Amino acid sequence: MFAQNLFFGLLAAAMAISAIKLVTTKNVVHAALYLVIVLSGMAGQYILLAAEFVAVVQILVYVGAIMVLILFGIMLTRAPIGKEQQLDNDQRAISAAVALFLFAGLGALLIDAFGKEKLDLQNGLASGASGVTTSRVADSIFSTYLVPFEVTSILLLAALVGAVVVARRD
Amino acid sequence: MLINQFLILAAFLFCCGVYGVLARRNAVLVLMSIELMINSVNMNLIAFSVRNDNIIGHVFALFAIAVAAAEVGVGLAIVLLIYRNRRSIDISDVSQMKG
Repeated sequence: MFAQNLFFGLLAAAMAISAIKLVTTKNVVHAALYLVIVLSGMAGQYILLAAEFVAVVQILVYVGAIMVLILFGIMLTRAPIGKEQQLDNDQRAISAAVALFLFAGLGALLIDAFGKEKLDLQNGLASGASGVTTSRVADSIFSTYLVPFEVTSILLLAALVGAVVVARRD
Repeated sequence: MLINQFLILAAFLFCCGVYGVLARRNAVLVLMSIELMINSVNMNLIAFSVRNDNIIGHVFALFAIAVAAAEVGVGLAIVLLIYRNRRSIDISDVSQMKG
């Protein structure tokens, strides 16, 4: 249990610092790289929660595909590679106030609701006692959630076609 | 491990994303902040899935990842279109629909 808490702390610290740097840095490419740290740390947290399939999908889709898309977006919009002063608008103070109030509210709510409730990683889902998590995910997707799964594939196709139509030069 | 560890970390990341969406003027950075928010929600789904000993949270997180991928694709296409028409992706300038 100590090792899990240690790795949680390390990952959480890296993710929190990177998230703050992501929204405050003056360099667009650095922001993308900070986002990679946050997304990879998130995959680590999924592994701590014994969600190994979601962790692998997170690495493949987010760190692999979405980050490449975002880096292409940075490149194609010819954002200056280097420091830029015009990345923030003039609502920084009020945005920070909104974010802080939101965090204070959410934090108070979570502490009030869950307090010291422990996650049971020894029994139940996370322990693998009731079968491998990945096979249970597959059973669930291809039986109960088959229709939403097919709808998701239609959604991805529509998004692909839509992106091509919108971005086409004509 | 406490469940609140995960939930409060996710809440913190979500609030960072909110700040980024509100305070940034580069459209690509706004998209990145939205990704941050979607990710923190996914972490909540997984944490509650473990808490309630129910696999549905995993399934829903996978659907959310797929929807996020579609969202980024269309969002970047729109950003490219704005860039091509205006030579800038400053979303403070895209205010033609403001009354």
